[in-house]
Amino acid sequence: MKEKNIIAKKEFNLKSFFFQWEWMLVLLFVVINIINTFLSPYYLDPKKLLDATMTFLDKAFIVLPMVFVIILADIDISVASTVALSAVVMAVSYNLGVPMALAIIICLLVGTLCGFLNGLLIVKFKELSAVIVTLSTMIIYRGIAYIILEDQASGKFPAWYKFLGWGYVGGIPFILIVFAVFAVVFGLLLHKTTFGRRVYAMGNNITASRFSGIQVDKIKVIVFTLTGFMSAVTALFLTSRMGSTRPNVASGYELDVIAMVVLGGISSTGGKGKLTGAIISIFLIGFLRYGLGLKNVPAQALLIIIGLLLIFAVMIPNLKFNFKKWGKVQKTS
Amino acid sequence: MAEKVLNKSFNSINIAKFRELGLLGFILLLSIMVQLRNSSFMTLENIDDMITNTAILSILSVGMMLVIVTRGIDLSIGATLALSGMISALTVKANPDLHPLFAILLGTLIGMACGALIGLVIAKTGVPPIIATLGMMNVFRGLTFMISGGKWVSAHQMSVSFKGIATSSIFGINTLIFIAIVIYVVFYYFINHTRTGRQIYAVGSNPESAKISGINNEKILCLVYTIMGALAGLAGVLWVSKFASAQGDTAMGFELNVIAACVLGGVNIAGGSGKISGIVLGALLLGILNNALPLINVSPFWQMAIQGGIILIAVITNALVKRSVDRNNLIWRKI
Amino acid sequence: MKKVLALILAVIMMVSLLAGCAAPQPASTNTETQTTTTEQKPEAKKKFAFIFKNTGNPYGEKQMDGFKTAIEELGGEAILKAPDQPTAEAQIQMIEELIAQKVDCIALTGNDPDALQPALKKAMDAGIKVLSADSAVNAQSRMVHVNQADPERIGRVEVQAVVEMIGGSGEIAVLSATSQATNQNTWIEWMKKELEDPKYKDVKLVKVAYGDDLRDKSVSETEALLKSYPNLKGIIAPTTVGIAAAGKVLTDKGLKGKVQLTGLGLPSEMAEYIESGVCPWMYLWNPIDVGYLTGYAAFALVEGKITGKVGDKFNAGKLGDKEVIADGDGTQIMLGDPFKFDAKNIGEWKSVY
Repeated sequence: MKEKNIIAKKEFNLKSFFFQWEWMLVLLFVVINIINTFLSPYYLDPKKLLDATMTFLDKAFIVLPMVFVIILADIDISVASTVALSAVVMAVSYNLGVPMALAIIICLLVGTLCGFLNGLLIVKFKELSAVIVTLSTMIIYRGIAYIILEDQASGKFPAWYKFLGWGYVGGIPFILIVFAVFAVVFGLLLHKTTFGRRVYAMGNNITASRFSGIQVDKIKVIVFTLTGFMSAVTALFLTSRMGSTRPNVASGYELDVIAMVVLGGISSTGGKGKLTGAIISIFLIGFLRYGLGLKNVPAQALLIIIGLLLIFAVMIPNLKFNFKKWGKVQKTS
Repeated sequence: MAEKVLNKSFNSINIAKFRELGLLGFILLLSIMVQLRNSSFMTLENIDDMITNTAILSILSVGMMLVIVTRGIDLSIGATLALSGMISALTVKANPDLHPLFAILLGTLIGMACGALIGLVIAKTGVPPIIATLGMMNVFRGLTFMISGGKWVSAHQMSVSFKGIATSSIFGINTLIFIAIVIYVVFYYFINHTRTGRQIYAVGSNPESAKISGINNEKILCLVYTIMGALAGLAGVLWVSKFASAQGDTAMGFELNVIAACVLGGVNIAGGSGKISGIVLGALLLGILNNALPLINVSPFWQMAIQGGIILIAVITNALVKRSVDRNNLIWRKI
Repeated sequence: MKKVLALILAVIMMVSLLAGCAAPQPASTNTETQTTTTEQKPEAKKKFAFIFKNTGNPYGEKQMDGFKTAIEELGGEAILKAPDQPTAEAQIQMIEELIAQKVDCIALTGNDPDALQPALKKAMDAGIKVLSADSAVNAQSRMVHVNQADPERIGRVEVQAVVEMIGGSGEIAVLSATSQATNQNTWIEWMKKELEDPKYKDVKLVKVAYGDDLRDKSVSETEALLKSYPNLKGIIAPTTVGIAAAGKVLTDKGLKGKVQLTGLGLPSEMAEYIESGVCPWMYLWNPIDVGYLTGYAAFALVEGKITGKVGDKFNAGKLGDKEVIADGDGTQIMLGDPFKFDAKNIGEWKSVY
């Protein structure tokens, strides 16, 4: 009972702080959209904007569980390799005669297994940080993909499979609908269940959580397994968009995903942040890239703009925060 | 209470020592296995090649260790390396008579400026290191592309003396290795025997108490990232000289190798601990992997999985060794 | 505090409302003015886009230069794009951006032959002409391909060169880019086919190594080749980074004349090693011409002068008349034979590209 109170109180405080952060992101999102609209006459076209979401939503599936991972003050950099491995296994098993539906299930199983393995290694060897474990498995998973496919590509999927990445339901991209469903599920999981509260508790103080009876290891394994599963979902959509797969797909996705999560206000020291922040930042970065792409801004300038945005977006509210802290210190002394 | 802390730190010293022994043993075992597959591995020529190729990685690992000790991380070093390498290469191209020492100095200064900027952002505004350096990585990389205009600086545009930095030798040792050794000696003294050096560890193991005990945390953070930047800048010049080419995408993704070397070498990602001797071994293990995998004559498609497998086995061995040491310590304490 | 918050919220809502209601108007007027201008001037500039593999690559910059020159000669507008990393994912995103901009033509050097098919199909369905250059995409996702040189010729000519250099017998190795690089993989296939000829019975291809187009990895791989195969006499490196890295290793180890090097490289990168004799000669084509020909082919497609069928002919500016020929189940336009760079001509080319 007491424990619950503490957590509830903590959450409440955070809420009042991050209330501003999510709105700040929304504001930024609106500003970017206005600027884009004025920059390019092609930007403000609802259909094209919906189409644009199809280009960046594939990696967004990993953002959702990554929020949990980072709230736990851990990190998973093996996600891109998990995407590659599960995509490759799916393509190869389909081409070996497995029905497509079964191949999709195999893909999801492979991803889940990869994630489960990460979680297991992390809880069994507590001396090792998640960074080093997932760094090793990052190399191993992609390495296995290379062993399977070598220098070949694999594809030739049935025609209906293309629907995942390119199809529409009532004018809305299918991928967007699936993402919305997953976002709601993950949002409920994080903010409305004991599981979610325990994740926050563990991120704030893992030792205290363990002593207060939370099955710390179990939750960690579940979170990493979820990350693996969602990486496989990304693999499904990415492969559908590309029509074929190779061992080197999704390279660099891990940094993109982590950037989106941290820009969303999820602190890399754990315990803080909300899923909505990460979701807004997915669209924020996505539409910014799309808008600048419509203006054909060179890649090097795009790099600089996104880099500065990342820093300034996090810096500006922090300046205010520091000022407040400074004020408090003044008062107490 | 004080005794407990003392005991704990005493134990951790023991563990650190044992951890390095475990890693050393693993490296020796690996070397023997590679030697059995290809007898040219343990030749003087190959060892020379291997250490020369690992020199840049090990120089960067020193800086990265300091950053990680303060609970930070620096993802921007690959980009800093490329930027300073590109600028010094362009300078050498424009002034072929430039003394190579000046090129080294210029590269180091550019890197230092990049690092100082990151340090300021992190220390003064509280932006998390992962975001600040990820952002700056993009900025520096973009700048490198812009400054070079998409062109490379090629071998024939560099002066002989500049290319000579990496191929010459001092006291019979290749200059790259010599520079790495000097840096290791300097930093060994710096972090173990100077006040500032110890303060870095204090800030990393407990920022709050470091502050209360009068350490200027912000200054230390700035310093650490500036050192990292300077080393990355130096590495940039050495890289360009070694490969006789400056590209916009030089060393893309190299930061992960450097972080891997540190973490393999026992630097705790949560801050506060890490030893020079550890990262030497960590860098060496990666160097051996890069050198030996092409030598053992397996299919190139197996190389990656083998590399990952070896890294995983190495860290798990470490963990197990550490565990048995911990158990011994517990027994010892009960008595 | 709450008041401030409420104020901020109100402002945000106002702004988003404004954005929601007001923004479409300027956008629609914009498109209106656009359509009116196109009506007034039916000869308004058509838009031709070129997507290269990645940015910061001097070879690609030259290709884009050539494309731009051609399009400007013809009075079109050239859009040049390249992602910061050479991935198909990034190119798909760029194709979507170009479809949204309603360009008339997309030319690209593919980072993957198959993975761009759905995106390029979508572009073609939107009425955009699609062609590939240099690194081909599969026949279903393009109308025509602009080939820099016949892959068969490239593969065979490189084997012939290295065999001549090593004096007809000995061990040779290949240092390639990544194992996923389609161009290189095709060329290596042709090298292997050429080596099947009985006249090469004394020549042995010992290994295909992958330097991943990274300097450090290419150097390690070259060093490993030299150590694992002490009798190695020749290296073929059909990639710009690989050949320069191999040249550097051979120079530093003093192996000039003992191990021969040839392949495909940029004259500027290789000038040093060709002048010193480490690499007696190598091949490449002119990337500016590849881009230039692509520009003319793109224009001919949009003008309807060619449709990408075998036998179509068009004028390619300074390159003269070109014809569309068959290529597997697709069609292509051939630039010419690979160009040989040796100590005699490298001096004049090293400053060009």
